[in-house]
Amino acid sequence: MITIKDLKKAFLNALWFIFLTFPIMVMKVNTINDTLIWRWMNMLYIGVAAFVFTLLGKIYTVRKANRSEIVKPSLIQIVNSKMENKKVRYSSLAAVVAIVILYPFLMSMYQTSIMTTALMYVVLGLGLNIVVGFGGLLHLGYAAFYAVGAYTYGLLFYHFGLNFWLCLPIGAVFSALFGIILGFPILRLRGDYLAIVTLAFGEIVRLVLENWNEFSFGPSGIANIARPMIFGQKLKLAQVTNFTYFIAVGLTILTIIVIRRMESSKMGRAWEAMREDEIACQAMGIDITKAKLTAFSMGAVWAGIMGVLFAAKTTFINPASFTTWESIVILCVVVIGGMGSIPGVIAGALIFILTPEYLRAFSQYRMLIFGIALVVMMIFRPGGIIPKIRRSYQFAADKEETQEVEA
Amino acid sequence: MSDAPVLEVNDLSMVFGGLRAVDNVSLNIKKGEIVALIGPNGAGKTTFFNCITGVYIPTHGEVKINTSEGSAVLNGLKPNVINEKGLARTFQNIRLFSNMTVLENVMIGRHQSLKSGILSSVLRTKKNRIEEQKVIDDSYEILRKIGLEMYVNELACNLPYGAQRRLEIARAMATNPFLLLLDEPAAGMNPQETNDLVELIERLRKEEDITILLIEHDMSLVMTLSERIYVVDYGKMIATGTPEEIKNNKEVIKAYLGEDIDA
Repeated sequence: MITIKDLKKAFLNALWFIFLTFPIMVMKVNTINDTLIWRWMNMLYIGVAAFVFTLLGKIYTVRKANRSEIVKPSLIQIVNSKMENKKVRYSSLAAVVAIVILYPFLMSMYQTSIMTTALMYVVLGLGLNIVVGFGGLLHLGYAAFYAVGAYTYGLLFYHFGLNFWLCLPIGAVFSALFGIILGFPILRLRGDYLAIVTLAFGEIVRLVLENWNEFSFGPSGIANIARPMIFGQKLKLAQVTNFTYFIAVGLTILTIIVIRRMESSKMGRAWEAMREDEIACQAMGIDITKAKLTAFSMGAVWAGIMGVLFAAKTTFINPASFTTWESIVILCVVVIGGMGSIPGVIAGALIFILTPEYLRAFSQYRMLIFGIALVVMMIFRPGGIIPKIRRSYQFAADKEETQEVEA
Repeated sequence: MSDAPVLEVNDLSMVFGGLRAVDNVSLNIKKGEIVALIGPNGAGKTTFFNCITGVYIPTHGEVKINTSEGSAVLNGLKPNVINEKGLARTFQNIRLFSNMTVLENVMIGRHQSLKSGILSSVLRTKKNRIEEQKVIDDSYEILRKIGLEMYVNELACNLPYGAQRRLEIARAMATNPFLLLLDEPAAGMNPQETNDLVELIERLRKEEDITILLIEHDMSLVMTLSERIYVVDYGKMIATGTPEEIKNNKEVIKAYLGEDIDA
């Protein structure tokens, strides 16, 4: 089963990993004595581990190839078939609803707060999913729309004292307008060029906010933004945390419903056709200009709404919150979750945002773990955690015919 | 009215830099006809198609349609607007929406006929639901006519080659055209599939009251199907006539086989 060639490959792999991890695993600076500590044993461990894992991986793929004839249903398929049973479906739905409602009362304020953040990323991911997943337009400046939403609330509150609820739709509209403004210059671009222009757009927005002191107060940002209120009542910190959590839950549900409906509408189909083939799409009577602009603006709306919520949640905004890194994180949520797949993006956001919070102990290695996770994902599940399942249709005529054949 | 050709192309030229890909080509198609456009590789047939359907804007000349709704000039219109006017096309190298199902591919074709906007589809108004159901039913009906109903929920990229070509026709038919432009519909098909295709095209013309212009290299298909043939070579129209006339035309034979030295 394992040939000399495999052993050689595993050995080379081990060497490569030793080289790759040398700076972080072997060298350590003792800052007190200003000396460098060499941990040579780590090198050995990594070499052995890489060697063993390569061989295990090889054995696994060989075995998988051998039994490829028997197709085992995937976990998602099993879950889906179980969900067809109404009892199971409703009871699991009830369980989810109960957990969602009770969560802030059972958990600490910190837990509630990070869950709110995770839900915000669910919405952001779903919004970007319209552009990247449905429309197939690689967008690297999504955080700009997030910033537009946040600054809309920040500035309107600072200058005019407008409250959160009023700013929520205003932020969405401004963000959608920015989506259209960005949409026009990039109508004719695709692929790499599109990615570069959107990246630049994101940076332009951030730099403007950072340098236009009279308008946005520069890097010092806007502080003391009001938290969300109920009927003009100010709440205590603990209450407001729970309240923000429920707002996030509500907005998440709203987003899921709206985007699901958009997906299965005329516009949603046009977006997907645009992703598949622009020329054929136009030849079939779809106005590509309209499809692109709506994809950008409908994607931006959700970032705008979340921007307003972000400003209200943290009470302080400055340009440092809307860097390219932020855009990349949201893009990662979409890609890891599954492009074009709504449940995938939800799962992706929850995993991608919550795991680092719970694994604070390993925070030093966070980027390393992210990197490895991304590579592993792309190799084993290129479609994402929950890949998109296309809707299938049943027709009466279809069934009759199959029955005839059987008879 | 019935005498006026449905498609009228006058002195169409398309110039790319120094290359005249299409050079003063004129062509008329009457209602209900099946007309073939043939010519050696690189003669400018597909460029001609692209000019008519708006992928390219012709350098010179006029593309005009005459329908019951009156006549219109198509030059310089966008491809989607031209499609709306009733011209639908297929592609030489298949351009299906590969990662969408067969039914969804056809549903895209119905796009123009749908009226509801984003808001009504988000609110799922009653009108919108009825419209959506109608799209699904109509699309399925089209698939049944073309004979692809067994693939309804398959991804387009998983279909056999011949079925993919037929799906392109189904998708074009979904846009409800009066003129169907087929770019090498039989390319890469086996003889059985080609026969099925001939039968399908004839049936479409009869049942759907449609006019067809096709580009094809398969001469047996061209000769059985078409009533008139236009031959282009190096962007120029070199001959036109019935299949019989074209078969015996010296110019055409020269273009395809080269000149006889002894002649």
